[in-house]
Amino acid sequence: MSALTGTTRLARLVLRRDRIRLAIWILGTPLLGYALAGSVAGIYPDQEARLGYATTSASSLVARAFNGPIHGTDLGAVVVAETYVTLALIVALLSTFAVTRHTRQNEETGRAELLGANVVGRYAPLTAALLVIVVANALAAVLLAVALVGAGLPLAGSVAAAAAIGGVGVAFTAIAAVTAQLSVTSRGANALAAATVGLSFVLRAAGDVLGEQSADGTRVRSAWPSWISPLGWGNQVRAFDGERWWVLALPVALLLAGVALAYALAERRDQGAGLIAPRPGPSTGAPQLLSPSGLAWRMQRGTLLGWAVGVAVLGFSMGIAGDEFNDMIDANPAAAEAINAMGGGADLIKAYLAAMLGLFALTIGAYVVQALLRVRGDEADGVLEAALATAVSRTRWLGTQVLAATLGAVALLLLAGVTTGLGYGIVTGDPLGEAVELGGAALLRLPALLVIAGVVTAIFGLLPRWSVVLSWTTLLVFLLLGQLGAVLELPQAALNVSPYTHVPAVPAADPAALPLVVLAAVAAALLAVGVAGFRHRDVPS
Amino acid sequence: MPVISIGNLVKTFGAIRALDGLDLHVEQGEVHGFLGPNGSGKSTTIRILLGLLRRDSGDAQVLGADPWRDAVRLHRRLAYVPGDVSLWPNLTGGEAIDLLGQLRGGLDRRRRDELLHRFDLDPTRRCRTYSKGNRQKVAIVAAFSSPVELYVLDEPTSGLDPLMEAVFQDEVRRVKQAGATVLLSSHVLAEVEALCDRVSIIREGRTVESGTLTELRHLTRTAVTVETARPVSGLDVLPGVHDVHEVDGRTHLEVEPAHLDELLGQLIRFGVRALTSTPPTLEQLFLRHYGDDPAAAATGAPAAAAPGASAAAAASGAPTVSSSDADVQADAPQGGAR
Repeated sequence: MSALTGTTRLARLVLRRDRIRLAIWILGTPLLGYALAGSVAGIYPDQEARLGYATTSASSLVARAFNGPIHGTDLGAVVVAETYVTLALIVALLSTFAVTRHTRQNEETGRAELLGANVVGRYAPLTAALLVIVVANALAAVLLAVALVGAGLPLAGSVAAAAAIGGVGVAFTAIAAVTAQLSVTSRGANALAAATVGLSFVLRAAGDVLGEQSADGTRVRSAWPSWISPLGWGNQVRAFDGERWWVLALPVALLLAGVALAYALAERRDQGAGLIAPRPGPSTGAPQLLSPSGLAWRMQRGTLLGWAVGVAVLGFSMGIAGDEFNDMIDANPAAAEAINAMGGGADLIKAYLAAMLGLFALTIGAYVVQALLRVRGDEADGVLEAALATAVSRTRWLGTQVLAATLGAVALLLLAGVTTGLGYGIVTGDPLGEAVELGGAALLRLPALLVIAGVVTAIFGLLPRWSVVLSWTTLLVFLLLGQLGAVLELPQAALNVSPYTHVPAVPAADPAALPLVVLAAVAAALLAVGVAGFRHRDVPS
Repeated sequence: MPVISIGNLVKTFGAIRALDGLDLHVEQGEVHGFLGPNGSGKSTTIRILLGLLRRDSGDAQVLGADPWRDAVRLHRRLAYVPGDVSLWPNLTGGEAIDLLGQLRGGLDRRRRDELLHRFDLDPTRRCRTYSKGNRQKVAIVAAFSSPVELYVLDEPTSGLDPLMEAVFQDEVRRVKQAGATVLLSSHVLAEVEALCDRVSIIREGRTVESGTLTELRHLTRTAVTVETARPVSGLDVLPGVHDVHEVDGRTHLEVEPAHLDELLGQLIRFGVRALTSTPPTLEQLFLRHYGDDPAAAATGAPAAAAPGASAAAAASGAPTVSSSDADVQADAPQGGAR
């Protein structure tokens, strides 16, 4: 029996378990790419607009940090600049989570032990998972290339850009293969891999910020930190600008190295064990832990801290970017129009800040969904059963979770507003005043987040088995309506479905009480439905 | 007033009828064994008693209250050990015990520490690193640390070693001594025999038997092996005698306890040389009730349905009786094979 015996069978198991996820991934990425390419083409239709875009992008440190280095004025180059980071982050995280799901999570749950006792080689489970995920990345890349060509972009550049995205997925597949060997828990393995994604983003941003603008002003030559970031490699392919195909060998090399390292680690460790040893904890429960709210805080605090760090860094950068934004707008009326459409109002810098706060509110919506779905996770694990068999009512249990998620959302919104204000204020000279104003403005987004909490709660109460899928789908729909609704010229009735549509775009618009009150009322109704549903259904179900 | 009183309980999951008119009565202060094959509805019944599942129809009362409507109030008075314990992975065992105890309304700290010591459980380890047996111990310690009126234990010892099993049995006796009631679902028959005052056996969502173990034994046949001077005859027509067959000059048969007199009267006529009578073991009892034919199990007449299985069961279940039984034991599988 070789170390790879059973790989094919296990790969089929992976395919069977993830047939829906994989289909969404492989079809969704190209569709998203197609939609984004279309909308970018609409905003920058002619050479003049693209020249303006490229020049500003190349000179703006913020654009370099968040969009990567621009490579020329081809429509494809603009599309890459506008979409690469988003798509790369998506495939990086999808690949990471998929690897962990089929390796460490199986060990954590004991499924790997069950399989390992059969005719299955030592490396077979890992190899099967990597095989499927690398092939999925390749397929998604092929379809993405087709989609980009379909959107009217040149063939060579489309293939290069799509391969660059696929390469990012492959690179993080390799990294996740290693982190899955290190941590005992799948959460830990995911956290390590996600931290690597974050570090890669920072390195790439640093390298691109430190890079040089070319003589004609429309290109950026990244500095060395971009070259040690797998996220940076995709930019260095220079799609649509004299493609450098050899750069695509880097993710492949990383894959080979990662697999070799993961094999070596798997060889040296026991089944179920990691290289990071678990530490002992307290032998008794601290008084502040021993209540539903104490438990909720304990379960949430790690996640919340991670979110807080991300939101603070992003907020501060967005704020500092505010000043630079003025220059960018002067050079690009089309972009100004786009920002205007997002935030509304005459004062462009305020529109920009309002748009940023709106983006934060959308992002923090993901935190709310993630935090509330914990209840469903607990139910599926069986922990909820143990808790509800004690003298805690269902209403109190669910109410506590909703409250915890809401307080977390308040904290993150406030943090987003305050850090954005501080960043912007440091540049313009009034950090305290801006922090207070934008902190307040950010909090006005809370009713929209309450609606999201209400939707998740209602789904959990009425359709518990569908909680995860439906909750994330709802958020995705709100996101797409908010980001693409205006570009795709959807009817107002469709846009009205999203609670974010109704939040006044403060500070660009005046605060209005009525929509907020209505949103809060809708949220309260949804919460009531969710709690009532939960009180009347079986647990577990 | 009974502590648990269930009548004609029905629960369906989609097309599956998990409970189909189940009855269960548990009296104050008793340890009640709750037995049945896998998937027969034990855990479903227990979850209804805890107000986790909603019954479709029938009556259910726990400590005189409705388990669905009065769940929270009831839960202060009972403690539960689930069959498959899952815990918060990032809490330590000690934290999980204190949390469950506190959510229930408080626990006895002295008892908690004593139980941790007796069950030899390290409370500083994270729950995710515990084995199944250790997770089970966490739930058991959390339950027995709370001085409550009713303990609902769903296969609580399925992951425990024999030493811990003994500690567990001590604890059940201790809470019983203190006046508490225990509902114990279990597949460990030695444990049931050692602890339970009464048992209820369920099958396919229905109660098929309920009573003390002695009563249940009386419902089941005794295996008799007899060696006589002259070949016996006329046994087949006696009431309550079943499955008569001869192996190597010895006659094997099964008889319902109520008809032993008639059987002995008949046997005496042929000159009895040797006679062994083996009361049914608990295992036989359950094999009958768990067997394939519910009608036969309910009437206590499985032999017609599966004579081979019954003979094998008799053989495996008779290790404790006198030396002459060793012969019976050695013979029976052959008899069964023929």
